[in-house]
Amino acid sequence: MSNLSFYIHIPYCVRRCGYCDFNTYTPAELSISSGLNQISRSYVDLVIQEIGFAQSIAGNRSISTIFFGGGTPTLMEPVDLGRIISALATKFDLLQDSEITIEANPDSVSLEKLIALRELGINRISFGMQSAVPHVLTALDRTHDPENVMRAVHWAKESGFEEISCDLIYGAPGESMSDWEYSLDAALSLPLTHISAYALIVEEGTKLGKQVQRGEVTMPDDDETADKYLLADDKFESAGLHWYEISNWAKSGSESRHNMGYWTGVDWWGAGPGAHSHLAGRRFWNVKHPTAYADRIIATGDPKQSEELLDKTQKWNEELMLRIRLAKGVDHKAFTSAQLGTLGGYLKDGHLIESAWLENRIVLSRSGRLLADRIIREIAM
Amino acid sequence: MPAIPIASAPQPSLTSPEQIRNFCIIAHIDHGKSTLADRMLGITEVVELRNMRAQYLDRMDIERERGITIKSQAVRLPWRSGIDGQEYILNMIDTPGHVDFTYEVSRSLAACEGAVLLVDCAQGIEAQTLANLYLAMENNLTIIPVLNKIDLPAAQPEKFAEELAKLIGCEPEDCLRVSGKTGVGVTELLDQIVKQIPAPTGDPTAPTRALIFDSVYDTYRGVVTYVRVKDGHLSTRDQIQMFSTGVRHEMLEVGVISPEPIVSKGLGVGEVGYVITGVKDVRQSRVGDTITTYNNPTKTALSGYKDPRPMVFSGLFPLDGADFPLLREALDKLQLNDAALVYEPESSAALGFGFRCGFLGLLHMEIVRERLERESNLVLISTAPNVVYSVTTGDGQLITVTNPSEYPDSKIEKVEEPIVRATVLAPSEFIGTIMELCQERRGVLIGMDYLSEDRVEIRYTLPLAEIVFDFFDQLKSRTRGYASLDYEPIGESVGDLVKVDILLQGEKVDAFSAIVHKEKAYAYGTMMTSKLRELIPRQQFEIPIQAAIGGRIIARESIRAIRKDVLAKCYGGDISRKRKLLEKQKEGKKRMKMVGRVEVPQEAFVAALTTDADIDKAKAKAKERE
Repeated sequence: MSNLSFYIHIPYCVRRCGYCDFNTYTPAELSISSGLNQISRSYVDLVIQEIGFAQSIAGNRSISTIFFGGGTPTLMEPVDLGRIISALATKFDLLQDSEITIEANPDSVSLEKLIALRELGINRISFGMQSAVPHVLTALDRTHDPENVMRAVHWAKESGFEEISCDLIYGAPGESMSDWEYSLDAALSLPLTHISAYALIVEEGTKLGKQVQRGEVTMPDDDETADKYLLADDKFESAGLHWYEISNWAKSGSESRHNMGYWTGVDWWGAGPGAHSHLAGRRFWNVKHPTAYADRIIATGDPKQSEELLDKTQKWNEELMLRIRLAKGVDHKAFTSAQLGTLGGYLKDGHLIESAWLENRIVLSRSGRLLADRIIREIAM
Repeated sequence: MPAIPIASAPQPSLTSPEQIRNFCIIAHIDHGKSTLADRMLGITEVVELRNMRAQYLDRMDIERERGITIKSQAVRLPWRSGIDGQEYILNMIDTPGHVDFTYEVSRSLAACEGAVLLVDCAQGIEAQTLANLYLAMENNLTIIPVLNKIDLPAAQPEKFAEELAKLIGCEPEDCLRVSGKTGVGVTELLDQIVKQIPAPTGDPTAPTRALIFDSVYDTYRGVVTYVRVKDGHLSTRDQIQMFSTGVRHEMLEVGVISPEPIVSKGLGVGEVGYVITGVKDVRQSRVGDTITTYNNPTKTALSGYKDPRPMVFSGLFPLDGADFPLLREALDKLQLNDAALVYEPESSAALGFGFRCGFLGLLHMEIVRERLERESNLVLISTAPNVVYSVTTGDGQLITVTNPSEYPDSKIEKVEEPIVRATVLAPSEFIGTIMELCQERRGVLIGMDYLSEDRVEIRYTLPLAEIVFDFFDQLKSRTRGYASLDYEPIGESVGDLVKVDILLQGEKVDAFSAIVHKEKAYAYGTMMTSKLRELIPRQQFEIPIQAAIGGRIIARESIRAIRKDVLAKCYGGDISRKRKLLEKQKEGKKRMKMVGRVEVPQEAFVAALTTDADIDKAKAKAKERE
């Protein structure tokens, strides 16, 4: 049987950022007076139960990657995160060389905590840096001091993390091109092996979404956002971080194995409220709210809310949608001649890499990466 | 009580001409004709109160909603005169009220001896009413001037009585004052119709001649033909013959409308009623034609028969190409009831398969389109309306162009276009504005008359093409809705015309081509290119938009390439959501038409081709789909 990846969702944050629509909850939203460390233990108990359930469904598999995402996983006590890793190692075959990633808020780490995480076997850390410019962080409704990121990355290095990544967000209201350049330079001054850079998406129902709707803030236009993408790509490439997925750059060999799994269609199990799983063309997801999740785990052991079985077309569409985002690209064989004809138009417009085309591969050029959705809509779906 | 129970009233086919009065009501849209007609039906008691509904005589939903009458109809109203106490039969012939249907109006008038000129005394007479009044006067009809809506607070009966008196040559106090709404004055009006309008005359022994003044298709009965007997007699025993075609028909049924159909043995001199022959298509029973009997046919037709001639052409295309057969079916069905509607298949690179349709005018076009959409549940795109051009090529060939795509590319000797005589009535403060508009539209002033102290009648000759292109909207908006317009074709004249093509990425889009006056070519070109630049979404390559006369580019714009169309994040839980989003967006794209490699949203065609296009609305729609 193929390997299994595990995503562990930690649905808690101290406060919610204005642009975030993730499935995460603050103590206020959960009406918890005692603080988050209090619930850490009991939440982890539930996740461990789900891991047992996962084993009963997915069978005895080898685990090659684990990813703690959130929310804010670093709010959990390292000892509790350790219990999760132990449970996975007990129920499955946790491979020696597995990649274990944790997302970290620069504000909720300390050198001691990072050392503790490293000791648990966590070997990759991804910091939510977002920007190095205070007014941009304010626009994003983030609380951290840019200095904290610098410090946290150095602590991580000191703790023995070899794979360190930062997330950046560009295109926040009021962010100028030089603001973005400043953030890029700040990130590149750090000992990073990996960077994810995301164009800010205004999600409906978020604080930012409402501000935009009311006209209180104006989003930069797409052309400017495209220019920011190209600037980032330039700087990353010259710093030796090569592009490997629309929004991801890494030193060779430091690509996120866990995320590559999502894009290449491996099996994974997502544990925790609202987490999605994928097993051989079947997608299913858990009930969203932590309370509902707890009730379901306790009552039946199965937190699944719903599922979908992909038909052949949907499978092909998804595969294409994900693979075309990768630097590896897609083989010509995947397409009909009509689709290749359409793609030929994109080649002509400079949106595909010509040398790859000549080797029978569809690989997006820099301008093409920015039009990936358009291309997919035209040739698939 | 002046009403007479139907059963004891003079019976059809046995009513002597002396007892008959045939009249119509000439009025502008919303001057209250239908309300007055309703009131007459009530007072003469042909419709019981409990069965009464507003605008009783207007059959189609579309008529009732728009408050206009498209098809005329005749109603037989028994009435005992309050003046002499005698029994009479009043035939009220309803006339269409719009400029496009002048010919139908003229035939309705030819069936009458008198006309009620109904004017809203808060608004005064309108241009179309005036045109119809002149038509009635030419037909030597007795005119009874009536001021309606005297119950309104804004009523100015004195002012408009003077206006009417001046127009028809009577005294202001001769104008009757009524309110269709409250019923005031309507009884008196019925009595005056009896008193003033002459009884019909005709020879009961002569070969039969009956005028067709309307022809309506009924799903159950086939064509119902409305007639006025001039001479002789129509009876169910006869075989009838259409004078224009010589085609013979069986008479299946004769009757009168009161206002529901009442079968009778026949119709005598001066009577008005309907005949049913079993034909399925109104073109076999044409308005203006003379019906005679097969056994004893007349040698002379009643005068005035004309084939309806389409003046305005437009392409109609189904939004969904798969609906083409449905559109054909719908047009076939509609034509059964509309002898003036002509169409033939047309294909457009941009819009696919559709029909080139000919209409009497803009309202006719609008009504047809609306009926097609409503009755057959179609969504249609109509191309900008154009008129018929006669093009003479360098080698002397004459080509009739009803579609810009038929315009020859070869050397052109001359182009002739239809010319109309237009009449505008408006408050005198707008004289300057109206003249300015007419001048802009290549108008030539014929004359101007004051109807009253502050109302004028302005007459111009104008190319029909200029009227077809949003003239009426402009007139209304520049005169704050006060001006009214009527026009009639008076012939053709040579114009300095050129064809302007619109090119997207170098490819000609036939739907956007137009034949325009040379001096307006540049304006048309820049208008279309900038409109399209607004309406066509950016794509992955730059799109040049050009306007050209032949090979010469007269205007250009360009749509910059789109730079970003990608979602930044796509991890585990995003995958399903993203696939569904892309699928949904793809659905939206199915409403795009491909012109070469350029995707053009349907809204762009609609907005670019409709003169009063609401571009913002189209843009909002396009955005919704993004």
